Amino acid sequence: MSDHIESHADDHTDDHGHVAVDGTVLDAELIEGPSVATADVAEYALWLGDDSLILAQQLGAWISRAPELEEDVALGNVALDLIGHARSLLHYAGTASNQTEDDLAYWRTEPDFRSLHIVEQPNGDFAHTIARQFVVAHYLFELYSRLRASADATLAAIAAKAVKEVDYHRDHSTQWVLRLAQGTDESRRRMITALSDVWPYVDEIFRDDPLTDRLEGTAVRPSSLRPAFDAAIAPVLAEAELEIPRGFVATGGGRVGKHSEHLAFILAEMQVLTRAHPGASW
Amino acid sequence: MVSAHPHSSDLHEALARPRPTDPASLAAWTIAAQVVDPEIPVLTIEDLGVLRSVNVAGDAVAVTLTPTYSGCPAMDAMRDDVLEVLTSAGYENVSVRLVLSPAWTTDWMSEIGKAKLREYGIAAPTGHSTVRESGPAGPVRLKMAVKCPRCSSLNTRELAHFGSTSCKSLYECRDCLEPFDYFKVL
Repeated sequence: MSDHIESHADDHTDDHGHVAVDGTVLDAELIEGPSVATADVAEYALWLGDDSLILAQQLGAWISRAPELEEDVALGNVALDLIGHARSLLHYAGTASNQTEDDLAYWRTEPDFRSLHIVEQPNGDFAHTIARQFVVAHYLFELYSRLRASADATLAAIAAKAVKEVDYHRDHSTQWVLRLAQGTDESRRRMITALSDVWPYVDEIFRDDPLTDRLEGTAVRPSSLRPAFDAAIAPVLAEAELEIPRGFVATGGGRVGKHSEHLAFILAEMQVLTRAHPGASW
Repeated sequence: MVSAHPHSSDLHEALARPRPTDPASLAAWTIAAQVVDPEIPVLTIEDLGVLRSVNVAGDAVAVTLTPTYSGCPAMDAMRDDVLEVLTSAGYENVSVRLVLSPAWTTDWMSEIGKAKLREYGIAAPTGHSTVRESGPAGPVRLKMAVKCPRCSSLNTRELAHFGSTSCKSLYECRDCLEPFDYFKVL
């Protein structure tokens, strides 16, 4: 743990008693030994880790509120997988600056988050969540499929694990896009609205950045994923008789810490307990 | 199980259950291998293929485990249980690490483990993991019938992709009408 957190914990006396944060550390790397990320690789790991963390936090809000019990369970499971990816990625990112995954998750404010705008878009109605999930799961599947071949052994190991899990997420969202688009007039109307509300945020996902230029062979160039993404979603949208929305493209800026008003509220809810009771465990 | 390819089956076992060859490490492995999955207590971490290595050097035992799913909350319990069982056996300096690579797959589950799973009322994974090892993974979708663990009917259907834990999905038998968990292929 970093110094500022320990001092918080030391100053704090409350009835949580002895502070014992669970010490599970995932060594994402190969069995031979731990590795430390370079500054650039850490920044890239932060990009991907923040996307997963914020999306997981958003999906967790559906538990007990989904249209049916099975969906509570499904979205909860998807969120749990994403938390797993976020933990590995943030742990690795933290090796460059001697911070833990919890330091990075709970003690940064929005300008320090590197997540894409699409993951901070509100859950909306169920169709909005499914539209967002459909885009992100297909993107993550293409990303992790390629990141398995990264020159960085740790990123490759995380990706090889994650790709199998996001394959299920991809399938889950695909089934729901088809069901909603081909269900009742009302479900179809909502699916069309949701897709057009989410679509302006798709462009940012595939924008290249000087960081991914520098990390050629280690990171996956975002623009290189677009053809595969388009090819994967096209048959689903065709079957669902949905058209790719045309309209404005959001400015983005998540990768440099420029966020919409939504992220601060998400972080406030995610971080409040840790900040009110530093080091608490249960 | 009788295998037509005993040699490839041996290789598969060596990957799924990489037992150490030196007697001291093997003794510690045998003890660690008794630890069970807290969510599915009929399966040991050895049956699952979660136990990846045990190495004894002097009075130190180093164990590595791999998670089934990235976010599996049972890993903390399995790690604690490995520490506990080895400490109780008299080992003093025990360390447990979690590693992600090579990524766990249901292909590593032992045949004994699959039989115990069915006995317990959970359908065992059918077929093999379909995500390719390298390059873009294609849309390979193998769908095999899942057998009801109660009445063995193949007339079953998936109720939900996701179930009570990360590793399971929810099925229903159309003959005996009972719902059941299926340990899905990963």
